[in-house]
Amino acid sequence: MSRPLLAEFETPEALVRALRLARADGHRAIDAFTPFAIEELSAAFDPPRLPVRPIMALAGFGSAAAMYALQWYSAVHAYPLNSGGRPLHSWPVFLLVPFEVGVLCAAIAGLAAMLRACGLPRLHHPLFAMPRFERASQDRFFLLVAPHGEPDPLRRTLEEAGARLVSEVHA
Amino acid sequence: MSARPHAQAHAWIDADRLGYGAITAAVADPIQKRGPGRAWMIAIIVALPLAVITLIAIGAVLTVGIGLSGVNTTVVWGVSIANYVWWIGIGNAGTLISSMLLLTRQRWRASINRFAEAMTLLAAAIAGLFPIIHLGRPLYAYWLAPYPNTMDLWPQWRSALVWDFWAILSYLLFSGIFWFTGLLPDLATLRDRAETQAGRMVYGALALGWRNSARHWQVFETFHKTMAALAVPLVCSVHSIVGLDFAASLMPGWQESLFPPYFVVGAMYSGFAMVVVLAIIIRWGLDLRAMITPAHFDAMAKVMLFASIVMTFSYATEWFMAWYGGEHADRTVVGYFFTGDYRWLYAALLACNCLVPQALWFRSVRGNLWLLAAIAILINVGMWLERILIVWNTLSHGYAISLWRTYHVSLYDLVILFGPLGLFGLGFLVLARLLPIVSMHEVRQVSHAEGAT
Repeated sequence: MSRPLLAEFETPEALVRALRLARADGHRAIDAFTPFAIEELSAAFDPPRLPVRPIMALAGFGSAAAMYALQWYSAVHAYPLNSGGRPLHSWPVFLLVPFEVGVLCAAIAGLAAMLRACGLPRLHHPLFAMPRFERASQDRFFLLVAPHGEPDPLRRTLEEAGARLVSEVHA
Repeated sequence: MSARPHAQAHAWIDADRLGYGAITAAVADPIQKRGPGRAWMIAIIVALPLAVITLIAIGAVLTVGIGLSGVNTTVVWGVSIANYVWWIGIGNAGTLISSMLLLTRQRWRASINRFAEAMTLLAAAIAGLFPIIHLGRPLYAYWLAPYPNTMDLWPQWRSALVWDFWAILSYLLFSGIFWFTGLLPDLATLRDRAETQAGRMVYGALALGWRNSARHWQVFETFHKTMAALAVPLVCSVHSIVGLDFAASLMPGWQESLFPPYFVVGAMYSGFAMVVVLAIIIRWGLDLRAMITPAHFDAMAKVMLFASIVMTFSYATEWFMAWYGGEHADRTVVGYFFTGDYRWLYAALLACNCLVPQALWFRSVRGNLWLLAAIAILINVGMWLERILIVWNTLSHGYAISLWRTYHVSLYDLVILFGPLGLFGLGFLVLARLLPIVSMHEVRQVSHAEGAT
């Protein structure tokens, strides 16, 4: 199998057009690298490895329940303190702290899930060695495609779609 | 400066000048290629002594004790608590602004959200200092946390102080995560543009290997939007808890169900005013005229005007409910607002928060940055006065007439009132030299959507 090609475009529209053409010819688009999130690309590749939002919900509700249980245990069993004749299990005010803790834990779990789903953190990636790849975080739009068969037809398709530079990736 | 903010073709970006590369350069180059410049040095020289005397004041109150403050046995809360509410209010606004505007798809937020979030982080961190130094016995601050201990004690979960502990802790860490998430792609940009080995290593480590992949962006957008959706109720709850510190008491003038929402709007109000002040300074200091446009200031001025009306309505509700409730102490405390020892401060509060912002009805005022800055500063003064008067008026005029006393401001009070501004300024100046103060990837997105390139 031949090596994937990395094509550089000047506009997101050109990249999306090239992606459609390459896919229509049966090539396998692996990934795109763009300086900002592009709506047309959000569903163009495989869905993330991890469901971020369900993980956040689980962590949030779970930690809130745990916090409530801690309050209940400490206020009713471990250290019952009659303060002004209020019930030991004062549930309305016991909702405040679990809410704060739940949101915080959802955020922490979400960050961890996002990084895990992106395969981050990592110190290096073969693409960082590619020429001009540093522009992906600034002003250029890159498309990574694995050719179906010989690389030359794909290279021509990409160049016709407006690619400025098409280079082979040495993984 | 154009008097008509919407006169230009692209309201949120100065289109003729900005491609993706130009946006990147405009934000990243001042950090990576240019020196700090004279204005920055002068600002540091102003901020540094203030920061140092704040630390000295904190050291003094930790060693000498809370008697340094002007509090007495009647007015047991003072400047510390007012500062706490003021700073946490400003702190809340950054995340509130950023997340509310994200959820309501206000694309113009891209230019202001980053420094609004940085403002949040610094202000919330400063706010968190005040309850601790006002504890009286700050060395026991960790007793607020539930942990297995040899005394067999647990925190009192019905106490407002414990709610505060969790609210500030959660909020500070949450806004840190929210801010860092938005920053991640921009750190990758700085890594890729770094010219020194140290820059590549530091920004490279902070960027965690982010490589702008479409798959990354997809997860990023999901997470960022979800965080924004969580941030709005979190912010409202945090400032409501601050409101409950007062409302959950039995004091006349405090025990009002209006307090939590009134505090939340107050936070948004002072926070927007602070963002306007910072935006004017940053726009000038970093030469970001193409990204922070007159239309941004117009939009923010309208939000301040709206908040001013809500605040006026809240004050009026407070007066009305005191009269309508019929409780003698509630009625006299409202009378004390207008005729008591602090009446001039109360008049100043009403002028700053209710009267002056009405000038924002006029487009010419919204388009004039000098006037806008003056109004925003007056709003922040007014909001501080509001917080200190909530504390002073009620405590000076409680149920027991024999205990009525007034507060006398001490030197320490003045230091911790003005000093933290230097601490905030110092933090902000350092951040502005190290990290992009405008969200580059979001401005590129706006630029794309506006068809500017």
